[in-house]
Amino acid sequence: MIVDVLSWVFGVGSVLCAWRVFRADSMVRAAYWLLAAFVFVGLLLVLLTAQFLGLVLILMMAGEMTIMAVFMVMFMMNPAGLNPMTMVHQHRTSIAAGVVAFLGLAAVGLLGSFPERAVAAGARVTRETGMELLGDSMVVFETAAVALLATMIGTVALASRRGRAGDAYEGSVPPSMDPEEAK
Amino acid sequence: MSQELLLVVAAALFGIGVYGALSQQTFVMIMMGLELMIAGGILAIGTFWAQSAAGSPKGQVLAIVAMTVMAVEAALGFALVIAVYRVRKADMTEKLKRLKG
Repeated sequence: MIVDVLSWVFGVGSVLCAWRVFRADSMVRAAYWLLAAFVFVGLLLVLLTAQFLGLVLILMMAGEMTIMAVFMVMFMMNPAGLNPMTMVHQHRTSIAAGVVAFLGLAAVGLLGSFPERAVAAGARVTRETGMELLGDSMVVFETAAVALLATMIGTVALASRRGRAGDAYEGSVPPSMDPEEAK
Repeated sequence: MSQELLLVVAAALFGIGVYGALSQQTFVMIMMGLELMIAGGILAIGTFWAQSAAGSPKGQVLAIVAMTVMAVEAALGFALVIAVYRVRKADMTEKLKRLKG
């Protein structure tokens, strides 16, 4: 009963917060609305007995949204959200695409028939996941780890101003035609 | 909440994400749309895992892969935003008419 009520609250909350993301006047607020949506999704996962996944999602998104808020402060033009802000293009097409995506996926969810095999009541889910990650699915786990390592390297390479071989933009400037300057 | 309703919530998150990714002009807001789409996917995975797959641990592994994709997307997205901003002073899609540096 209480689980049912809570899952309604979290489900409706996540959709409302997700909707507010693109209606907030300040981008920092948008970042925190997104964080709220993710927290609700994480709590829904916890209610579905995937406690590990839910908490990892919440922790990860808390860090990411804080970084995102800093980014917003760096880039945005309307810091305090004092003025109404809409920065959209192809608005009608986007709304149509979003509605079509929602209706299509919701139809799959409502009309499709899925097997009714719920998690067993006393299942030690987190332990099983750990055994799976470091057992049969280790290759998947390690691949994800290597992908994250590659991302770290790629991020630094993309964002740093100077690479190992000098300025990143040196090579992109055509050399001068003046022989004196080219030296 | 039943499986069907949870899938509708996941579909709603995905739909809002599609709207955001297509309609927003700022790069970082587009990334928020992408993240919402992946969040909908993760919720759908979690729902199927809990109510159709009898809690098979492989379903959780799939969700962890989806979360990795989310982290990679966010990190590389931020790095690309910075790289583009350095060269173009652009933080909006409309300011980029061509991609050549």
